[in-house]
Amino acid sequence: MATESIGWWGVPLAIAAGTIRGSAPFLFVSLGECLTEKSGKINLGLEGTLLMGAMSAYAISYLSSSNGIPTWLAPWLGVFTAGVAGMLLGTIHGWLSQQPKVNDVAVGIAMIIFGSGIAFFFGKAFIQPVAPQLPAFELGNWSDIPSIKAALKISPLFLIGVAIAPIMQWFFKSTRWGLYIRAVGDSPEAAKAMGISVYKVRMFSIIAGSFLAGIGGAYLSLYYPGSWSERISSGQGLMAVALVIFARWNPVQCLYAALLFGGAQAIGPALQSVGVNSYYYLFNASPYIFTLAIMIITCSPKRTLSGSPGALGTEN
Amino acid sequence: MIFTEKWRTTLEKICIPIAALAVSLVIFGVFCAAAGANPFAVYASIYKAAFGSWFSFQNTLIRAAPLMLASLCTALPARLGLVIIGNEGAIVIGGLSAVAAGLSVQGAGPFVVQLAMALAGIVSGGVWIAAVGALRHYRGVNETISSLLLNYIAIALLNHMVGGPMRDPTSLNKPSSYPIPDADMLGNIPGTRVHFGLIYGIIACLIAYFLIQRTTFGFAARTVGGNIRAAKIAGLPVGKLTLIICFLAGSCAGLAGMVEVAAVHGRANESLNASYGYSSILVAFIARQNPVAAVFVSIILGGILASGGILQRAHQLPDATVLVFQGIVFLVILFSESLYGRLAIFKEGVKPQMPGQNLKPQT
Repeated sequence: MATESIGWWGVPLAIAAGTIRGSAPFLFVSLGECLTEKSGKINLGLEGTLLMGAMSAYAISYLSSSNGIPTWLAPWLGVFTAGVAGMLLGTIHGWLSQQPKVNDVAVGIAMIIFGSGIAFFFGKAFIQPVAPQLPAFELGNWSDIPSIKAALKISPLFLIGVAIAPIMQWFFKSTRWGLYIRAVGDSPEAAKAMGISVYKVRMFSIIAGSFLAGIGGAYLSLYYPGSWSERISSGQGLMAVALVIFARWNPVQCLYAALLFGGAQAIGPALQSVGVNSYYYLFNASPYIFTLAIMIITCSPKRTLSGSPGALGTEN
Repeated sequence: MIFTEKWRTTLEKICIPIAALAVSLVIFGVFCAAAGANPFAVYASIYKAAFGSWFSFQNTLIRAAPLMLASLCTALPARLGLVIIGNEGAIVIGGLSAVAAGLSVQGAGPFVVQLAMALAGIVSGGVWIAAVGALRHYRGVNETISSLLLNYIAIALLNHMVGGPMRDPTSLNKPSSYPIPDADMLGNIPGTRVHFGLIYGIIACLIAYFLIQRTTFGFAARTVGGNIRAAKIAGLPVGKLTLIICFLAGSCAGLAGMVEVAAVHGRANESLNASYGYSSILVAFIARQNPVAAVFVSIILGGILASGGILQRAHQLPDATVLVFQGIVFLVILFSESLYGRLAIFKEGVKPQMPGQNLKPQT
């Protein structure tokens, strides 16, 4: 009844709710990708990492809760495992993409296939069972309108992601390690002259970035949509690369970009909720169209983008 | 001397990929053993399902045909130095337009219908990937990302069309377009169950090889791929080359979509985006972007794809096993890229050895 009474106002509300629910995976993968790209390497394989994170989080949450671990703890164990699983995939990427003559974009494509393969292989057994989910802060209980309640239901994981963005910004700007990463990403030669191991710094950045992407996957399977299936990811891992370009390699802008993309993703379901069904699939493709449009507008063949790490996409 | 030098590098180009395949088989075996299956039984099953009999080899060839065509979508632009992975999108768009064209000229006789379908697939797939090339050249948009995004957009378009405007109301569980009449379907090569798509694939690969290796056009393209600045200074039309190569690449993948629709599925539905997209990227990389090698690699990979069912039935391994195997092969192949020129066997003995040059391969 309440939804009917607010009528078309339900659309912006549903989009707002969808933004808050759906932007966390974008946020985590884009922060991970941002950290990786700052060191001068691209990780296109975060889609595989995301799927791996989603699967392992769900599996561990289910297995640990059925083995006597309390249900408030089990999903958090899952989140942690997802991060560790991401780190394992990141180690492969970090090692392989730094071999001579090996193209990091190609390694990323291979990691998409490998990561999703492993996730689907081990995830087969967990499609049916129900795992304990992550809790949420219900900030909308003062309202009687279900869509407002839904809009103000916020996952703690999302808040952690929001907090990481400015911390990462500060890390790049004001810490020694942040400087190392930026030096390696902008000018590996200069970094070498400073006595920094380019290999180790990039390895660290890729592994840490993959940790974040794995957590983004855990959010998918343990909060929203909240179950494990092979179609759980809608390409957030792939869009991360475009999102970081849009955010100009700036973690805080990654946050804004993630919100924007999460919002674009919520348009289709929001319109469906008020009965607009005819262009459902096309509206669902809006994040991709949106990403492409943004890249067409912001890229230029004549100059490199401001904020772009100097060594990105070069052969070293 | 020159002869032996060339002989050695050719041998290197053949031996390293084969060794990489062997190593990935070993790693895959370890993986299977860890998952509780007997690796040797798994190898035997894959071999039997892929190449064991004429019957199963025909299945392999049916899968190899779209792989050959679609792999050119990655292999041709690679010569320009572009990493395009929009194969799946071009297959889907090609298949979708082929069905639309085939249905609109229905009743005009099988030849006309097939010609219309093929042209529609070629043109639409070509334009789809040419757009990626144009964005790259005129707007500096990263071609890998834009082609990936276009994959998703193509699949959404397919779902939209077969779920709405083109939907056959009788297809309930799996929304599909109206079917192509049986009489208009692409026929089989006489004496086999393999459709003519295989011939298209082989011809396309041979043409692509000739075009790239034996024509001035191909030489120009390779020059752009080698050093774009030098190519521009030499006055090569980089933009035009990019557009043409991308169009050709996409048209091959579009034709793969047409072949799938006209010979296998008979209608457009979500089966169109079944695994050939990513597998064909893998084909291109294993073949080191060489179209002739892609023919053979497609047959090998087609066999692996064909063995998915039997791994599930005989060894209780999930269907994703094939995906894991492909991932392992891809990673090992990429690692093997770093070995070219580093192995002592493939070098002239008289050359002075630089310290650290003859590193042993790590696996």
